[in-house]
Amino acid sequence: MARLDLVDLAHAYNGGTTHADLVLKPTSMTWRQGGAYALLGPSGCGKTTLLNIISGIVRPSRGKVLFDGKDVSALTTQQRNIAQVFQFPVIYDTMTVGENLAFPLKNRGLPRAEIEKRVSEIARLLDLEAYLGRRASRLSADAKQKISLGRGLVRADVAAILFDEPLTVIDPALKWELRSKLKTLHRALDLTMIYVTHDQTEALTFADTVVVMHEGSVVQTGTPEELFARPEHTFVGYFIGSPGMNIVAGEVRGREAKIAGHTLALKRSYDSLPAGANIEIGIRPEFVSIAPPRPDLLSAHLERIDDLGRTRFARVRVDGLKLAAAIPPGLTPDGEEVGLTFDPAQIHVYADSRRIEGAA
Amino acid sequence: MEKIANQKAWFLVLPVFAVVAFSAVIPLMTVVNYSVQDTFGNNKFFWNGVGWYQELLSPSTELGGRFLASLWRNLIFSAVVLAIEIPLGIVVALAMPRQGRGVAFSLVVLALPLLIPWNVVGTIWQIFGRSDIGLLGYVLNRLGFDYNYVAYPIDAWATIIVMDVWHWSSLVALLCYAGLKSIPEAFYQAASIDGASRWAVFTAIQLPKMQRVLLIAGLLRFMDSFMIYTEPFVVTGGGPGNSTTFISIELVKLALGQFDLGKAAAMSLVYELIILIICWVFYTVMTNAGQERRIEREAA
Repeated sequence: MARLDLVDLAHAYNGGTTHADLVLKPTSMTWRQGGAYALLGPSGCGKTTLLNIISGIVRPSRGKVLFDGKDVSALTTQQRNIAQVFQFPVIYDTMTVGENLAFPLKNRGLPRAEIEKRVSEIARLLDLEAYLGRRASRLSADAKQKISLGRGLVRADVAAILFDEPLTVIDPALKWELRSKLKTLHRALDLTMIYVTHDQTEALTFADTVVVMHEGSVVQTGTPEELFARPEHTFVGYFIGSPGMNIVAGEVRGREAKIAGHTLALKRSYDSLPAGANIEIGIRPEFVSIAPPRPDLLSAHLERIDDLGRTRFARVRVDGLKLAAAIPPGLTPDGEEVGLTFDPAQIHVYADSRRIEGAA
Repeated sequence: MEKIANQKAWFLVLPVFAVVAFSAVIPLMTVVNYSVQDTFGNNKFFWNGVGWYQELLSPSTELGGRFLASLWRNLIFSAVVLAIEIPLGIVVALAMPRQGRGVAFSLVVLALPLLIPWNVVGTIWQIFGRSDIGLLGYVLNRLGFDYNYVAYPIDAWATIIVMDVWHWSSLVALLCYAGLKSIPEAFYQAASIDGASRWAVFTAIQLPKMQRVLLIAGLLRFMDSFMIYTEPFVVTGGGPGNSTTFISIELVKLALGQFDLGKAAAMSLVYELIILIICWVFYTVMTNAGQERRIEREAA
């Protein structure tokens, strides 16, 4: 159990040093002891690289990794007291479930009685007791993944448990179950857990802090609520939420924004926007509603309706811009022309993809 | 709708029947025919029933003694060769580079002995081992070892075994290498996180994952070594005495040397039967191992 600090970490697989070579751009961050973190981002954004640097599988080109303030950058995976669960279950085919769980302890030369105690304890936590004597290779994928996890948990001294998209090969029905199991374990064991995924549902349900990565950089770190309510980067707005945030080009002057010739009132004032920056306006579909057309509303052309069961979203077009908007309950759009209403408090202004905080 | 009975379809399989008949069935039946008769040439045959077989399997007769002695030599040779080549192949495969330019280099080097025709291998070692002009034989003798594969059975055996190991360990190594390459990197990473020693990685991951290729390697090497003819024939000609006379060499002596066609036919059929039985056992074991895995997968 430990606090993890990443100090000015960067990595390039090809040994290069230019910005383009770096798959992980210079990053500094702190992972609190006992936190449940998710590293969220699309494939190829560097999240697995970051994870492998923490576990020691990858040696970073630059920067340091600290466990409780102690520099472990030069230590091997073995010396770091890290547990890692991989995308595909890793089990030792010829061993029973019990032997699999005991393997990390046996390798470290613990006394037999101690090993048995730990193994039965972990098997109880993971509901694997009934399988302890069975050959591990004959179990289902989710049980195998539990064994992989168990081999991490069985060690009393792990600093953190890292998950690299651990639910990829698990049946959708069992995913939810395993995820809540992880959550329970996290509460029970007070372990630092870092969970890499490209699935926002997985990240948002598992973690109390979500770290969103994009093209090798961390673009925002925050609670699921923060990511939803105040995306600091257009990528976060677009990547989190479904449908993702509407991000459209516009002009902003003071307390007014102009989209497709229509002026919207803003809650905050944006007086000193960087000159020459690419200004975009972002608003989540949940805070845009369609209404019957009115002269004072931005008029839009309705293209289709996505019925998600509890909510419905309209896909509309305003000139060349495509937007998603909520359909208020009870409203049945009549014809193809609709008006759009915006919640001014939920409109965000982005300059070169970064959110600008307006003045009150 | 009524099914059309079209007997002409038989004509379509006729070519296959013809080929199989001429390539396998008719020659085999000829051998069976010889094995139950005695002949002195001139196309004169005398019915002998299972006489040759009885002689063949009883150690007290001249034929049986020769057959059983050579069968033992075959079995011992195969056992020794397997016991050396399988572990050696594994060790070589483990030592091979997994990536980089070394991979192509080591693959080519390993494949080289496999590309050499058998009689050329025999000739290479026949010359290599000669104590007058061969590098190996000459050096050994200069170092004070009384090495002479023409005179001493032990030396002859050592030469043939080393030759076979030189010729065929590559095959085992290449198969094992393929097995090793198919292990995902995550297994090694997990093992390193679990604190596994090099030996534990080998026994817990690499060996179980190589199980299947090792079975194939074992089967191939057993069959090949059990049927060995060319190399010992070229190097020792079955000598000194009969010490390296394997069944195949015995068979040639009997059939082409003594022209005892009946005895030779009976011996070749028994030889074939032994190979078939061992093949079948191997095949059953292998498919069972595969089946077990499939059941495991389905359960999973």
